[in-house]
Amino acid sequence: MKMHGWGRYPVVDAEVHAPGTQDEFKNRLSLSTDAGVTPRGLGRSYGDSSLGEHMLSSRRINHFLAFDSATGVLHCEAGVSLSDILEVFVPEGWFLPVTPGTQFVTIGGAIASDVHGKNHHVAGCFCDHVEYLDILLDAERIIPCSPQDNPDLFHATCGGMGLTGMILSAAIRLKPIRNAFIDQTIFKARNLEESLDLFNTHADAPYSVAWIDCIAGGRSLGRSLFMTGEHAAEGTLTLNSKSRIGLPVDMPSMLLNRHSINAFNTLYYNRIRGASVKSHVHYEPFFYPLDSISDWNRMYGKNGFTQYQFVVPKAAGHDAMAAILKTIVASGKGSFLAVLKAFGKQNDNLLSFPMEGYTLALDFKIEPDLFPLLDRLDAMVMDYNGRIYLTKDARMSPSTFRSSYRTCDAFQTVRNTYGTAGRFISHQSKRLGLD
Amino acid sequence: MQNILIIGATSAIAEATARLYAATGANLYLLARNEDRLKTIAADLKIRGATSVKTECFEANDLASHQALLDRAYQTLGRFDIVLIAHGTLGNQTASEASTDVVMQELQTNALSTIALLTKLANMMEKQRHGTLAVISSVAGDRGRPSNYVYGTAKAAVTTFCEGLRARLFKSGVHVLVIKPGMVDTPMTAEMAMPAILVAKPEQIAIDIVKGIESRKDVLYTPWFWKYVMMGIIHLPILIYKKIKL
Repeated sequence: MKMHGWGRYPVVDAEVHAPGTQDEFKNRLSLSTDAGVTPRGLGRSYGDSSLGEHMLSSRRINHFLAFDSATGVLHCEAGVSLSDILEVFVPEGWFLPVTPGTQFVTIGGAIASDVHGKNHHVAGCFCDHVEYLDILLDAERIIPCSPQDNPDLFHATCGGMGLTGMILSAAIRLKPIRNAFIDQTIFKARNLEESLDLFNTHADAPYSVAWIDCIAGGRSLGRSLFMTGEHAAEGTLTLNSKSRIGLPVDMPSMLLNRHSINAFNTLYYNRIRGASVKSHVHYEPFFYPLDSISDWNRMYGKNGFTQYQFVVPKAAGHDAMAAILKTIVASGKGSFLAVLKAFGKQNDNLLSFPMEGYTLALDFKIEPDLFPLLDRLDAMVMDYNGRIYLTKDARMSPSTFRSSYRTCDAFQTVRNTYGTAGRFISHQSKRLGLD
Repeated sequence: MQNILIIGATSAIAEATARLYAATGANLYLLARNEDRLKTIAADLKIRGATSVKTECFEANDLASHQALLDRAYQTLGRFDIVLIAHGTLGNQTASEASTDVVMQELQTNALSTIALLTKLANMMEKQRHGTLAVISSVAGDRGRPSNYVYGTAKAAVTTFCEGLRARLFKSGVHVLVIKPGMVDTPMTAEMAMPAILVAKPEQIAIDIVKGIESRKDVLYTPWFWKYVMMGIIHLPILIYKKIKL
């Protein structure tokens, strides 16, 4: 079966198994000891981290196991998606402590990527809200881990891209909300300096993010719409009733060129007329604007796309971001909008992506001369002591990986200690030399 | 609040349907073979909003055990608003061709056990003069195909049985719904090579089932286009039908 990640690049031939119980998972592992298996959730990582010849899908382990309404701790199987949780728990007054830009990821995937959201600067990563998890190591062993219990395995598994075993279930702490709405304020920033300043000025905002224009150069370099949000004081605990629209076929990739994108970006930027606009919005359009178009990943044509997301330390801040943005603008390959976000402190997880500083994420459609540009960007990110997000990556080199994820040897040690190196692998782990 | 009995509750379609009813606060009584899976599903349905969930182990082919099981379910629920019968196996056509025992076993599980249950349930529901019997049959029962005619035979028997039963129970206000899913992505069909565009998710089938029960539909093809696919297949002349590969 042909399989790919969200970016539809690369595509591999794979056998996919979806066991339904712990015993079925153990049986499956006893059948495929040599080749190595690759855990797979909803396939929302962009590149090749959920790809392999033998994939183990979590789609049939999707049950809620227990919920404590006094503490908000939810124990569920790894295949439960964030949208499943929101659907059941928002009406009861609970919300996700951290959420990425799509609700269509599984709990297992959110942990394996140690995902972050618009509140990283105050709430950290997803795994900072995980109480414990159960992980399948081989055909005999399923063991629990938490910050107290097998902490080495816990800190390797959180952000560990599924390479330390298959996460079967986890307990996460939900947070109480009074309603399903967000009070949002959008500010217009005329250039990069103003954009970064806004993150400083609004360091206390519960949620913040900027949509940055990657086509505009010169004095407008880094112009953005900066957005803050907080859970609203007024509103009901209701789910969004708007239905989704879909993109049923691959869009011809030539429709996306620098002129069409420039026109879109200019319109988008000018949608706010004054310096700032306040509004009261449902959480769904605030957190998941792209979820309303199912299969939006087909927009980049049949060759697919890659999302490039890097982070640079706060100290490098403005200069690093300006230099990298200039390179992107000069290439003319930048996509619609890029997402800019200021991260808070990094956590103790060995392969987690966020570090205190600024992160930028943008899409590039796959075309012949793209990778040399990305290699140049990699070199700049390395110079500023930054790194690239594994969940988005489909092409970074082993040396880029090793020099930016300094704790990768400690990560390998944990895999060796628990005997999962070689057994849990992916197209990405092989590419990066994580054998 | 609806009181619902689900037989074969660990099947993918039954579980997806149970989740929809759980969200409405239904009282659920689940029967299936695997006790561990029943427990997991019960805990999940409670969290999803079911007012109560009771489970009991059930062996479809132990016909003698059925009446006591159904009586306990009836006592617990107080009445049956909906009974969904969803247990079954897909069988192995090649194995069936080689062995009478396999054929008999297939017919036992997919036809006779269901008919036995329906016989008892019909009498119970005729007495309460209310409720819906929803039975999962299959498009495979509409016309025998070389690739799965044993399974198709069993489903045809269930469909025909239900047709008569529907007319009998109509007078007492009890409704009979025959559900005919097309190709569905379930563990039961995991090993089959099916064209992706024709394969539905159990969640889609479940939405159709709930709507079909609500609107008191008699026969439900799900997804809807199977009605027209099967209409075409049923009307193919035998001379052509026997020559093509289906």
